[in-house]
Amino acid sequence: MNSFQQYFFDLAQQNPKWNFIYLYDPSQTERVIDGLLMTIQLSVVCVILSVIIGVVGAWIQGSHSRTLRLVMQGYIQFFRNTPPLVQLLFFYFALGQFTPTYSPDGWLEVPIISNVGWAIISLSFFAGAFNIEIFRAGIQAVPESTQEAAESLGMNRLQIYIYIVLPLAFRVSLPALNNNLVNLVKTTTQALAIAVPELLYQMISIYNDYSTAQNACMVFLFFAYFLLVGILVFGMHKWERQLRIPGYGT
Amino acid sequence: MTSHKWTPDQPLVSIKDVYKSFGELEVLKGVSLDIMQGEVICIIGPSGSGKSTLIRCINALNTINSGSIAVEGQEVHDPDLDKLELRKKVGMVFQQYNLFPHKTALENIMMAPIKVLKQSEAEVAERARKLIKRVNLVGKENSYPGELSGGQQQRVAIARSLAMNPDVMLFDEVTAALDPETVNEVLLAIKDLAKDGMTCILVTHEMGFAREIADHIYFTDRGVIVEHGPPATFFTDAKDPRTREFLSQIL
Amino acid sequence: MSRGLYNNGTDLAVMKPYSYNQAGQVHDLQFSRWMAAFSPRSLVVIGLLFCLWPGFAMAQSNYSFSQAIDALWRWLPFIVSKGFMLNLIVSFLTMLIGTIAGVLLGLGQISPLKPIMHFSKLVTQLFRNSPWLVLLFIVMLALPFEIQIGEQIFQIPDWLKAVFGLSLPIMANISEIVRGAIQSVPTGQWEAADSLAYSRQQTLWLVILPQCFKRMIPPWMNWYAILTMATPLISLLGVEEIITLSRQAMEAEDNHPELLIPFFGFALVIFFAYCYPIARYTLRLEKRFSVKQ
Repeated sequence: MNSFQQYFFDLAQQNPKWNFIYLYDPSQTERVIDGLLMTIQLSVVCVILSVIIGVVGAWIQGSHSRTLRLVMQGYIQFFRNTPPLVQLLFFYFALGQFTPTYSPDGWLEVPIISNVGWAIISLSFFAGAFNIEIFRAGIQAVPESTQEAAESLGMNRLQIYIYIVLPLAFRVSLPALNNNLVNLVKTTTQALAIAVPELLYQMISIYNDYSTAQNACMVFLFFAYFLLVGILVFGMHKWERQLRIPGYGT
Repeated sequence: MTSHKWTPDQPLVSIKDVYKSFGELEVLKGVSLDIMQGEVICIIGPSGSGKSTLIRCINALNTINSGSIAVEGQEVHDPDLDKLELRKKVGMVFQQYNLFPHKTALENIMMAPIKVLKQSEAEVAERARKLIKRVNLVGKENSYPGELSGGQQQRVAIARSLAMNPDVMLFDEVTAALDPETVNEVLLAIKDLAKDGMTCILVTHEMGFAREIADHIYFTDRGVIVEHGPPATFFTDAKDPRTREFLSQIL
Repeated sequence: MSRGLYNNGTDLAVMKPYSYNQAGQVHDLQFSRWMAAFSPRSLVVIGLLFCLWPGFAMAQSNYSFSQAIDALWRWLPFIVSKGFMLNLIVSFLTMLIGTIAGVLLGLGQISPLKPIMHFSKLVTQLFRNSPWLVLLFIVMLALPFEIQIGEQIFQIPDWLKAVFGLSLPIMANISEIVRGAIQSVPTGQWEAADSLAYSRQQTLWLVILPQCFKRMIPPWMNWYAILTMATPLISLLGVEEIITLSRQAMEAEDNHPELLIPFFGFALVIFFAYCYPIARYTLRLEKRFSVKQ
């Protein structure tokens, strides 16, 4: 044990309420790192998937088919008007029972979609529903007159969409999108309800095993999420500033 | 696709008996006019008289209910029309400039020739710089529209349309949204263009300008062309009482 | 820079106003808007999908779908009166405490005293950016289960601890609403009051806040709906609300997998049924208040 770890070990001996066990015990540290990685993995995958759902959904919402639009509406309403926790539970327990299973060794039945998989599906659909509205509003904020100018220069509909509408819609949507993504990262904690080993779950496991570490775990959690969200918000702001069109929205 | 062989002795733009309604509201009630190559014509009239609609019909931004509009012999409202071909011949500048806000001035000008005409970036860049010089915006190539004044933006818009090498340019009240100080710079750019022999169709309120550069002036009111004539006689000897009333309000 | 006739309030004369509001800002009613925009027809479509599909999937099992519905029916009064009611009580109390604390914090954010302003801003951002579940865990573990005031020992039930836990993020979001509403009142109002020799306190309570009050109600109700949706989180901490009781009920019914969809589906439905009229009312209020301006 190096001096850093020794200090916290001694601290735990003297103050039984402040056992920072994850700082000096390698196996607990490992748990924390695993949890952190899982949270980050969940966040990244769900962010990407939800953005894709948002773009595709915004496209479908503008389609001519009435049934498609209705289905999209139904999806959005369902995921926006119900608690994400209940969505997670519903997906994992209620829908999970219908997933086919495979057997790696002839004895164990392993479902194709694990609890992590269902968490990803549920959270992506949850955030995706909000993204559809975000992108729809962004696309609508591009004035028809600008599209008309492009049309009168000879561009076809697809070119206008790719080179004019999408770049502008994306920039305008960015603040709301960033907000939604931060919210998504915070919502990943709820995946613990279906035993996904993300950060909150791991910290709870640690203090379930070592009750003296309770305060230390709470402190860590508080600052860890503050930092995670803070870094994300900071990064997003930098990106926003980078994409800013000079002269727009001073 | 009907394609007549067009020769310069025929009108470049030929509008015959055009009717246009927006739902119940009839905006154009039988408009006819011919514009020869190299002519500069101004269309004036009170708001709601249909001038902007007419100009937009020439560029196929609006459809027409009946009649015909032909550019270089090619019927514009032919369902088989290749819109791209039309847009190569007709350039348009709007009241609200409508520059692409996320591209610099130079990129705005270069975008269409590269993406639509599929020309090489090098030759388009050179042409774009020449156009920037022509509209007097040297030094502003890398500015974004948000950093430019209204007059500067409008001049970029003119250069952008010119980059497609059109045969006729349409101007839809291009100075109406500008501060009075900047109107002049835009008018100068248009005057320059006209002097070089570009066929121009302007919808404008700038009577002084119209008098100066137009070969022919058309006055529209409530969807019809009430009167037309060369500026020399039009402003002083207007025959129709409606024309005289309008002119007395403006001048 | 030339400001033409078609500026729409942006420097760039060609963009239309962006009509999606960021969550947490004063005028964000996106949640309520989406709920209320739900047309009855889509409701029917979803309802049909809900009923038909599981019925089809369960066609082969021994425990039939109708038995599952029977079980749900039997447990319904228990789940609603003991479970959902607790969710609602928690939501009311949380909103009460959160609003009071949030108003104070919001006023703190605009305080001319720098330390108070910075502190309030820090607290607001801290609790706005933390996951609700983490805050819940921290509060519920940190708070003792009984406190002694003088001679009396007061038991603090776990749902009350949950109320305190949830009121923290609510407090932060209400604080933002208050701050945003106050800052949206034109400075002319402050100047006019100042020239009439009003003190800062008087200006705030007699001139500014009355104007803000109406503007704050729709976003406040919006947050109430969001909060109500978040109350199932307390089930993860053992509080016996609708989700916990649903699970207990399914346990009592031998945990047949066919029970999952009716029970959890019911939870979804009842939350929706509660929040939907609130969302509609929120939008009606917003419309009514905005016309006056």
